[in-house]
Amino acid sequence: MFEQLPLLTISIWLPFLGGILVLCTGGDRHANAARVIAVTVTAVNLLLCIPMLMAFDTGSYDMQFAEDYLWITAYQIHYAIGVDGISLLMVVLTNFTGLLVVVAGCHFIKKRIAQYMAAFLILQGMIVGVFCAMDAILFYVFWEGMLIPMYLSIGMWGSSNRSYASIKFFLFTFLGSILMLVALLYLYNLTGSFMIQNFYGLQLGLSTQIWLFIAFVLAFAVKVPMWPLHTWLPDAHTEAPAGGSVVLAALMLKLGVYGFLRFSMPITPLACEKLAWLMIVLSLIAVVYIGLIAIVQTDMKKLIAYSSIAHMGFATLACFIVYQIVIDSHSLQYAYLGLEGAVIQMIAHAFGSGAMFLGVGMLADRMYNHSRLIKDYGGVANTMPVFAAFFMLFAMSNVGLPGTAGFVGEFMIIMSALQTHFFVALFAAMTLILSASYTLWMYKRVFFGPVTNENVAGFKDMTYLETFNYVLLAAGVFYVGLYPDPLIKILRVTLGHLLLQSLPPDLAMTVPTTTYL
Amino acid sequence: MENVLSQVALMIVLLPLAGALIAGLLGKRLGTVLAHRIVVGLIGIAFFLSCYQFQQIVLSGQPAVDHVYYTWANAGVMNFHVGFLVDRLSASMCMVVLFVSFMVHIYTIGYMAGDPGYQRFFSYVALFTFSMLVLVLADNLLLLFFGWEGVGVVSYLLIGFWFQREAANFGSLKAFLVNRLGDIGFILGIAVVLLVFGSLNYHDIFRQVPANLDRVIALTPHFSASAITMIAMLLFIGAMAKSAQVPLHVWLPESMEGPTPISALIHAATMVTAGIYMVARMSPIFEYAPAILSFILIMGGTTAFFTGLLAVVQTDIKRVIAYSTLSQLGYMAVALGASAYDAAIFHLITHAFFKALLFLAAGSVIIAMHHEQDMRKMGGLARYLPITYMTFMIGTLALCAIPPFAGFYSKDTIIEAVHLSQMTGAGYAYWCVLLGAFVTPLYSFRALFMTFHTKPRMDEATKSHIHEASWVVWVPLVLLAIPSVCAGQMLIYRILYAHPTLLGDSIFILPAHDVMTQLGEEFPGAVMMALEAGMSPTLWLAIAGIATAWLCTAYRPQLSTWFTHRFSLLYNILLRKFGFDDFNQIVLVRGTQDTGYLFYDVSDVKLIDGVCVNGSGLFVRWVAKTIRYVQTGYIYHYALAMVLGMTAFLVYFMWGL
Repeated sequence: MFEQLPLLTISIWLPFLGGILVLCTGGDRHANAARVIAVTVTAVNLLLCIPMLMAFDTGSYDMQFAEDYLWITAYQIHYAIGVDGISLLMVVLTNFTGLLVVVAGCHFIKKRIAQYMAAFLILQGMIVGVFCAMDAILFYVFWEGMLIPMYLSIGMWGSSNRSYASIKFFLFTFLGSILMLVALLYLYNLTGSFMIQNFYGLQLGLSTQIWLFIAFVLAFAVKVPMWPLHTWLPDAHTEAPAGGSVVLAALMLKLGVYGFLRFSMPITPLACEKLAWLMIVLSLIAVVYIGLIAIVQTDMKKLIAYSSIAHMGFATLACFIVYQIVIDSHSLQYAYLGLEGAVIQMIAHAFGSGAMFLGVGMLADRMYNHSRLIKDYGGVANTMPVFAAFFMLFAMSNVGLPGTAGFVGEFMIIMSALQTHFFVALFAAMTLILSASYTLWMYKRVFFGPVTNENVAGFKDMTYLETFNYVLLAAGVFYVGLYPDPLIKILRVTLGHLLLQSLPPDLAMTVPTTTYL
Repeated sequence: MENVLSQVALMIVLLPLAGALIAGLLGKRLGTVLAHRIVVGLIGIAFFLSCYQFQQIVLSGQPAVDHVYYTWANAGVMNFHVGFLVDRLSASMCMVVLFVSFMVHIYTIGYMAGDPGYQRFFSYVALFTFSMLVLVLADNLLLLFFGWEGVGVVSYLLIGFWFQREAANFGSLKAFLVNRLGDIGFILGIAVVLLVFGSLNYHDIFRQVPANLDRVIALTPHFSASAITMIAMLLFIGAMAKSAQVPLHVWLPESMEGPTPISALIHAATMVTAGIYMVARMSPIFEYAPAILSFILIMGGTTAFFTGLLAVVQTDIKRVIAYSTLSQLGYMAVALGASAYDAAIFHLITHAFFKALLFLAAGSVIIAMHHEQDMRKMGGLARYLPITYMTFMIGTLALCAIPPFAGFYSKDTIIEAVHLSQMTGAGYAYWCVLLGAFVTPLYSFRALFMTFHTKPRMDEATKSHIHEASWVVWVPLVLLAIPSVCAGQMLIYRILYAHPTLLGDSIFILPAHDVMTQLGEEFPGAVMMALEAGMSPTLWLAIAGIATAWLCTAYRPQLSTWFTHRFSLLYNILLRKFGFDDFNQIVLVRGTQDTGYLFYDVSDVKLIDGVCVNGSGLFVRWVAKTIRYVQTGYIYHYALAMVLGMTAFLVYFMWGL
């Protein structure tokens, strides 16, 4: 019965409506009403994913649940939305994260709660929109629109250095994406349409492709973020409220990789093939260099932010090694394994780092001065044993322990990286020791040892709402870690098709195409 | 039958997991007694099931069972699944793991009594047993890696079990990180396996090895390595960390900060032998990498002898046993290098019994001494702790390879096998294990004399309270002492003579390397083997070791003081553990941190953020500020600019400059 509903449109606009409704409750006068509305809306949105997952046809690479209306006739701009395997998982992830953030917000946020909830509801709607958009302008509108509530949330509910961080965040991401708009307009001139599908397979010349590639890559590399465009992230994360950090880490960073998969690779395959070495080097720098930086951080949020960059380096690595793999092996097998790893790595990272940012939020919330510095804590496991147990699980997922979500993507990507060159895999595998060092060393200093000060001594263990969030996340971590096959089934045909479209024609001819289609 | 065995294997693995979950999640509600009853009961059932499995597979000779339970991920033609392989190797390992685990669980009831983390401890130990069983039973490298990392994590949690103690936290982190260093090698090894064979299933891998002997992998444009050799090397790096071979052994002594039951279970009997098990399991690959076998011989020999030396100067009773574990792991590695996989697993099994026994007996001493571990404050305990003393003595005799105790058969087999081996490095390894036969009794009897004989050195208050602990502590000691005495005689026939041998077709040996068959031809029978021990130098070296220990600790304790002064350089080198820890701390740990600071402070903060990001912000501001002066607001300034501009354009267009 649900299949007849425009599920995606509801998924995008219900949070908007909810956001407006929450705003109407006004400031803090009806704080509880604001909380109830926000939680209800996000819960309904998450429940809507169930019929979507049930009805999704894993055997097809077409956009499903598609809706298409002409929006601006003069320029052939459509309100066209739909999902394939990648988008579907990202939409589910967005709605899942949305619920967590709103539930956590019920607790953390003491002032201007209605505005806070509204900002995050609208943000959630926009992110779902980005993942569903089939029209480039619609995509761009959501892509940029997303910055506004995020900018506000850092600027309003952030900590001491919030204005620097919010402006830095806005300028970085905005400067990157303005070039993407230029690229989109160029492609519109070429094809007379803004539908992303029409941009694929254009057979552009190499130099054109390289210009387009650069325009796209700036937008996406800032979002991922890739070295050396990453410095906005640690600042944004440290200053953002806990919910903002969670959305940043769990969703916004994913947009960069999503952009690579949706735009860069299929639209400019030749340029991607030629410049893959550069992207691989940048990704490996993210893994090793950023990993080393993470070790010496003194601020927990900064540490997790750097760890996010390192983990996302894995996803970008997987995207750009596919070319070398196909050239070497004349088969899609391992390239495909890597891409799957990339998507699963994104989901896993959303759980792991999302949970860790929430955890730091919980700690800071209990500290009188909301400190995030490692040295202000110590021996938390004595006073918050349940929290410590949960946090250990998420830390282990971050470390990439088999059986948790964090392992799956890393494993697949290392497996496929070795197909290109031993040293690519070796550098990638450095994450095993680096992630363990920074995560567990932080854990040791914060949680283990005797209680170091009277603030920590007064900490209360998790509340029901916090436990609710952590139980959901823990379930996610175990599910992806122990049984990732259903996710892979959803991705399978989509990625196979995407991979074929992302190969330059002469390379695509060398591989047997029937394997996944 | 096959169906029954696969279900039994599943039960064996899931029962400990159920125990871990019950104790972990419901522990507080169940209370201590109910929690330990449930966990111990479940482990006990699993142990009896494993006996059944052993009986079916090894004794009745049923064919091996390989059963897939579910598909973890189906990525294209590559199928990653969760499946168990029950063959002679895994069935034997399962039984040993569960026997020791069962004993340790019972012992824990006494050892951890009254600890606030009682249920948590049971949960961890059961979880460890689960991971270890997965590691052993896995039928593919991915699942093996799951167990491999699982035991690593539980080991980390258990070393740091008393998380208020700084030393425990340091030790646990060190253990985890060193193991992760090895895991880099291990996971790359798995990746090369996938590259070469297209599958991670043992069965598929081994089938394809002969066809891939010439496969090479390009490392640099000018240098390629044989794929098989590379796999063997990378996997062995993983094994070096897990099984604590020099130079990745540094974590094991530190792991002694954990409670004693887990030192017995994890850091002596089971987890640390996982690397040995893995190499034996992958024997079809290692057999075709003779260079790596030589490497294993050399590393194993080094570990066997040099870490044994370190035990001689330790004063903490648990650390002595820890270094002895290192040394014995070296023996097992040497056996692997000599292609005597049966001997390696044989020593692994007997070692599991007598070393768990030694640790648990040491634990019994530690309880009696109110958690004092320094042997200099013990002495004369034989009178107060007769059962502990007897069992400790049995364990020590087994460790020192005195016939007819279990350790004699396994260690003698190894020494003889290395003696026969033609591999490069076998000569060096032979001398190492032979000298080890002198060092082992030296440090173990030194510990025995210092603890149980000599004058009591504890204070009166402690002395008046020393007594044997309750039955839950000493019953496991006795039960472990039995196989420490007789496992050798019982198994030696199956190792050397019977056909199929204990491991039978689960391992593969190239005919050219087959020292075990040669040994088997000379096998005189278990009793004769013990009687003929006097003909070999090993026994005399052992007796010399015992005599030296007696001389220096019991008879003339001044002698050892004299030695430390006379040979203070050597003594200090041993005390500093050959400098491995200092090197790691200064070069690796400090080096990593400094690199991190360099990257962060200089590159990220100053260069990228300071110069590029904020710099461009400042640049825009500077340009705006400068340009502002042009905007004077006087009409004649603008007019002048207009005229100049027009002139410039005119010049440009007219002369085409």
